[in-house]
Amino acid sequence: MSTDIIRLEGITREYQMGSERVRALRGVDLTIARNEYVAIMGPSGSGKSTMMNMLGCLDTPSAGAYWLNGHEVSRMADDDLARVRNREIGFVFQTFNLLPRASALANVELPLVYAGVSARERKQRAEAALTRVGLGERMHHKPNELSGGQRQRVAIARALVNEPSILLADEPTGNLDSATSEEIMRVFGQLHALGQTVLLVTHEPDIAAHARRVVVLRDGVIDSDRQNPPPAHDVAA
Amino acid sequence: MPFFEAVRLAWDSIRAQKLKSFFSLVGVLIGVTFLIAVVSIVQGMNVYMTDKFAGALIGVNTFQVRSRPNIQTGESTEEERRQWRRNPRLTTEDAAYLEENMRTPARFAQSGNDQVTLDWGSRQAKQINLTTTDAEYFDIKHYDMAEGRPFTQQEVRIGASVAVLGFDLGEKLFNGRDPIGQTISIGGLPHRVIGVVARQGTIFGISLDKFVITPLTSPARRLANRPHVIDDFHVQAEDPAQMRQAMAEVTSLMRVRRGLKPSQPDNFYIESAEAALAEWDKIAKVLFLALPGLVAISLVVGGIVIMNIMLMAVAERTREIGVRKALGAKRRDIMAQFVVESATLSVTGAVLGIGAGILLAFAIRAFSPLPAAVAPWSVGLGVGLGILVGMVAGVYPARQASRLDPITALRQE
Repeated sequence: MSTDIIRLEGITREYQMGSERVRALRGVDLTIARNEYVAIMGPSGSGKSTMMNMLGCLDTPSAGAYWLNGHEVSRMADDDLARVRNREIGFVFQTFNLLPRASALANVELPLVYAGVSARERKQRAEAALTRVGLGERMHHKPNELSGGQRQRVAIARALVNEPSILLADEPTGNLDSATSEEIMRVFGQLHALGQTVLLVTHEPDIAAHARRVVVLRDGVIDSDRQNPPPAHDVAA
Repeated sequence: MPFFEAVRLAWDSIRAQKLKSFFSLVGVLIGVTFLIAVVSIVQGMNVYMTDKFAGALIGVNTFQVRSRPNIQTGESTEEERRQWRRNPRLTTEDAAYLEENMRTPARFAQSGNDQVTLDWGSRQAKQINLTTTDAEYFDIKHYDMAEGRPFTQQEVRIGASVAVLGFDLGEKLFNGRDPIGQTISIGGLPHRVIGVVARQGTIFGISLDKFVITPLTSPARRLANRPHVIDDFHVQAEDPAQMRQAMAEVTSLMRVRRGLKPSQPDNFYIESAEAALAEWDKIAKVLFLALPGLVAISLVVGGIVIMNIMLMAVAERTREIGVRKALGAKRRDIMAQFVVESATLSVTGAVLGIGAGILLAFAIRAFSPLPAAVAPWSVGLGVGLGILVGMVAGVYPARQASRLDPITALRQE
């Protein structure tokens, strides 16, 4: 088994929008190794969202192949994709997407419910994940009793609780002020330092600057793919 | 997703919207209330009619030969009534003939009836049922004595002037004094009180304890009928099968005695609990036939309301469904979540309906003479129907939810 966690080969995605045929991705090749910290950038219309859906196994390509952790997911059916999302991918969304009526703990337990983990183990693992993101004291609060930064931490705990191969964050700081954004980015940095593979989809250059590698999309193809110098404060963790 | 998890989820969202959830399950609630209440009323009626009505008025395994019906529960045509009026009166000789020729083992008692006025000193009781009869009558009626004794067949033979009173009559006329040994006047004829029958209770609110019984041959008998004429001939068999046999025997014996040709109808009438209850059975059958229809209508309406609520829930929670799918929920997880939620909603309605139905049955029992009793099977059926309605109503919305595309669902505001 190689150290590659993600391998995209000639990924194409076309949509039918009315009478028009839209080609959101036009042959993307990309390889990401275990424990990389990659930011995917691009202006709106570049195919960035489609790329994120594709990497998150929410969508399948029109052509090309996608290997995730050694399995070809590009040909999988709905329920198999659901299982892959559950086991391999931890999502962090711009709008947090927490269930409003459930406590932080219950939100974090959710992926484990679908993984078929017993109630006792679920509770233990969810508590551990929340403690890891510094919310050990607020586990029984509902999302509306938490600040934006705390909500995003709950979402990160939820993404991590099933120990996914990749952490996939879509504009994770889009709804946060700059101080809180820094705080959240520090959490990603720490997770990366502990061995987590992190993928960041963003259009903000200063957020992308936290990643070690930046992939820029333009018109459905990769425009550039370069390494960042490591930021000093990430290593300190 | 485990079943328990789905039920807990369902409860969470029901609790979150209590009022809306309550309204959505009113249809099922009403349907099940109706089911429980009607079944318990009909069964109560059944018990009442069989035990009290038939048992008290006619007697267990007993029938009466009469010239015309006494207890009239059903409709009768003008022609039937004319026929009954033409029937010859029953006589002591008819009764003796039957008693002599019947093979089926049975108890017999002849009787005559009238409404009379009783006097004791200055106290008076009006509209009292007088029965002049044989000693066996007490056994046929299963009368226990509160005081004193019944009369004997010896006293019937000699035409003794003795009387046995019903409980209420004894209390009313003697106002707390001991009636035994007192002489009362029945329509002006003196009789000595020798016993009081234990309390029989009421039927349809009418007292069964306002009667006086004297020997068939007592002086009071002339108040009831002309000499030799009787009103009833009671026959009590040992069990229902023998009763039917005895009825057939009586019919053919009477037809022979009266010289009826095969083409001619009976010119006498056999009254049994079965005949008196036949009409009630018809009513009960109609109620039981109408019941499923009425329950079904409210359950279908309830199901449609729940389906509607669930479709709204799916629309409102599209984003939640998207999140769940992104986190690894399979189609069947989403499907199960909404079907269980719908079933939970519906079962909650059914359980409330069962509660309301039981309360209703108890209220009927408390405030009416009907011994309305909740049938366990109707409770089981109520819960079962609740689950079924909820699941059927939930399938379509749940299917819609499970087929949502996670990308589109997540984009929903």
